Amino acid sequence: MAPEIAPRTATVELTFSPLPVHVRTARLVATAVARRGGVEETLLDEVRLAVGEACSRAVEAHQQQCPAEPVRVELRDGADRFEVVVTDRVPNDDPAAGGTPEVSPDLAELNGNLNLGFAVIAGLADDVNISSTPSGVEITMSWPAKKD
Amino acid sequence: MDLKVSDYTTDDDLTVINVEGEIDVYTAPKLREKLIDLVNKGKYHLLVDMEKVEFLDSTGLGVLVGGLKRVRAHDGSLELVCTQERILKIFRITGLTKVFGIFDSVDDARENRKKQK
Repeated sequence: MAPEIAPRTATVELTFSPLPVHVRTARLVATAVARRGGVEETLLDEVRLAVGEACSRAVEAHQQQCPAEPVRVELRDGADRFEVVVTDRVPNDDPAAGGTPEVSPDLAELNGNLNLGFAVIAGLADDVNISSTPSGVEITMSWPAKKD
Repeated sequence: MDLKVSDYTTDDDLTVINVEGEIDVYTAPKLREKLIDLVNKGKYHLLVDMEKVEFLDSTGLGVLVGGLKRVRAHDGSLELVCTQERILKIFRITGLTKVFGIFDSVDDARENRKKQK
């Protein structure tokens, strides 16, 4: 008997402790899944950078509010889109706001205190949605993907 | 890949900082420390050579902006050498091409500096 055909939409999930060193891992995994999912080579740099920005923001938020909680990344290999969802567990965190008073001067400077991360995400992702909920912030980004 | 940062000072008092590798939320503190260290040593005219930078995110941009603020407090300058399109794109997206002088080579930056004197 032939094996069942795998569904066309696959999801790879990644959770990691909110440490800066793990953001690189998330970038690498996202790029690999995007390539496999049919995202054009010319867009892979954009995926890598946008995912890194979203994960960096989540790591920063977790380090301030809930360092024991992991950051979650979902990579959805859809029929014609590759979608990435980065979720943090920091309730009612307004991602569009400027630096919060709790941010240490060092961290504020590292981030430029300018919300450059969101400018980069908005400039790179083909489609972006940012939602702040009582349980945390969810950044959804997607790019076109071609299936052979 | 880790970040490698080294520097040398030219005879026209320009400190060139060679950066190699990925500048992200994990490695950016190393570049930040280098910039702070140079300013503390009285080096106020800095040129960051980014030709061997493989990845740059907003954390790295923030460090460069922080460095620019520091040297400007001493009437100094912080300029960049970068010809890589994927890195330049990040500067364009964030509007920072209007903030930093960006040159094709160290020689070009030095030539421009001589003209301004």
